[in-house]
Amino acid sequence: MEADAAKLIGAGIACIGMGGAGVGVGVIFGSYLSGALRNPAAAASQFGNLIFGFAVTEALGIFSLVIAFLLLYAI
Amino acid sequence: MAENPIQPIHQFQITNYFTFGTIGGDGTDGSGIEIAFTNSALFMLLVVGLISSFLVFSTRGRGLVPGRLQLVSEMVYEFVADMVRSSAGSEGMRFFPFVFSLFTFILIANLFGMFPYFFTVTSHIVITATLALMVFLTVVIYGFMRNGLGFLKLFVPTGIPWYVMWLVVPIEFISFLSRPVSHSLRLFGNMLAGHIVLKVFGGMVVGLASIGFLGVLGSVLPLAMAVALTGLEFLVAGLQAFVFAVLTCVYINDAIHPGH
Repeated sequence: MEADAAKLIGAGIACIGMGGAGVGVGVIFGSYLSGALRNPAAAASQFGNLIFGFAVTEALGIFSLVIAFLLLYAI
Repeated sequence: MAENPIQPIHQFQITNYFTFGTIGGDGTDGSGIEIAFTNSALFMLLVVGLISSFLVFSTRGRGLVPGRLQLVSEMVYEFVADMVRSSAGSEGMRFFPFVFSLFTFILIANLFGMFPYFFTVTSHIVITATLALMVFLTVVIYGFMRNGLGFLKLFVPTGIPWYVMWLVVPIEFISFLSRPVSHSLRLFGNMLAGHIVLKVFGGMVVGLASIGFLGVLGSVLPLAMAVALTGLEFLVAGLQAFVFAVLTCVYINDAIHPGH
């Protein structure tokens, strides 16, 4: 197989990792919503934690994007 | 790929406006470090100039009852001050100018990039890595200055049995070291990916419309998507600036209160 083709295939495979980040971000926002609907008074105080958890989870998806870019342009 | 006239990556090209000179190298072309005034530097100057002039101009009246512009400045100030106070405590307020500068710079730089033909400063990892390393070094240096070796308590969570320490401490240490990496890659990746997606959908509109009447009808769909994505990108621009500032506050909180 040509190396260029392998690079493109590898970049595509690396993007599968974003699915995991998608599941994680969905779980975080879903849990926040269900918690907020049970106790709306406490929801505002947890917004910072929500954003923090979202950011940490999202970073993992960004890592797979970076791997894809490295495969496409840096190797 | 080369025959495609629409290059999604082309918008991130750095061009030299004028070159000051070269450091090192042996005189041949491409060797040494070039010191130049680039479009990236121009837009950073524009962002800083816009923020400074707006803040100075809007608070010039110093009205007890704020006017519209002064209200905007005070809202931004209060927003960042609340953020620092709630996540780093009142002692963290000595870092308020730092967090405020980071937040406004990233926010305005992200929003600047949304204008067509404007350069997105934060879509280059050299910029975001510099910002993240600045935060990281601030945390490490201030943590050791304030707590001495007690700063190392950051890696030893309280309330866990001693026989799992050998596993937990290295994990905490590695996660601490990976902070600047994820901190910088998050902002860089979000801005880069968002702008590429916008250009890809824009390219689809042109590509479809150029194949004939049916293509013009079909190109309405990617056009609608591009409009919706532009709205999403404005959200992402604000959110990522907020996330960067919140994480800065959380990290600074670790430097002030290292015990978990």
